[in-house]
Amino acid sequence: MSIGLEHYLILAGVLFSIGLFGAFTKRNIIVILISIELMLNGANIALVAFSRFITPLALTGQVFTIFSMVVAAAEVAVGLAIIISVFRYRNTVDASKIDLLKW
Amino acid sequence: MGLVIAFWILAAVAVLAALGVLFQKNVFRAALSLVLCLTAVAGIFITLSADFLAAAQILIYVGAVSVLIILTIMLTRDVSQGNPFNRNLIPAFAVSAAFLGLLTWAVLNTGWKISPEAPPTAITPGLAEKLFGGNGFILPLEIAGILLLAVVIGAIVIAREK
Repeated sequence: MSIGLEHYLILAGVLFSIGLFGAFTKRNIIVILISIELMLNGANIALVAFSRFITPLALTGQVFTIFSMVVAAAEVAVGLAIIISVFRYRNTVDASKIDLLKW
Repeated sequence: MGLVIAFWILAAVAVLAALGVLFQKNVFRAALSLVLCLTAVAGIFITLSADFLAAAQILIYVGAVSVLIILTIMLTRDVSQGNPFNRNLIPAFAVSAAFLGLLTWAVLNTGWKISPEAPPTAITPGLAEKLFGGNGFILPLEIAGILLLAVVIGAIVIAREK
């Protein structure tokens, strides 16, 4: 039995769904950010798998994955800066207690 | 055969570590679980013969992003609080499971046009040609550089003491 495109896509879907569940249900905003990282990694696996099995010579999927990594790193840096800033003023990392924008 | 065994081991490690992120009681251990998951994903990239991306995954995610996350956990320490779930467990589980089911159904019922060609043995020169060559991705690459510069400045401005 060999490993095909479907195996990788379903693995990517499982990682994405676990991340989705975590982003919906966690209270700690750092863990929500970690869950979003899991979702991005699932999407990256899908991109690389498509690149490997559908267009092995074009490599476009791998280039997209590089840009996705750049944007993910940017998102983590800004997100964690916001978390540190919010923690300084509110002294909590509980997403249900951070209601500055609620009215 | 070795590739098949490697895939199943790495996939199991990745999924179990991702579940560990959700179910570890301690936020710090959840972050370490994320590091394990990211390393397994780097191994998955190697089984897809994307060796440059595996190295980039280790450098960017396992090296830099995880250090940032662990530092932030240390700076915003809330030991008594732990890693709790909120109240919409059941609807969130329903939505995630429905999404996974739909995705699996779509993947299994699509006629993928699998290419018979083997991937090139050296990926990195082709990748460099794509990124820097003519008709390539040179403009997005420059924009990514500007994005990273803006992020460095923005993160400093947001996180600094007023």
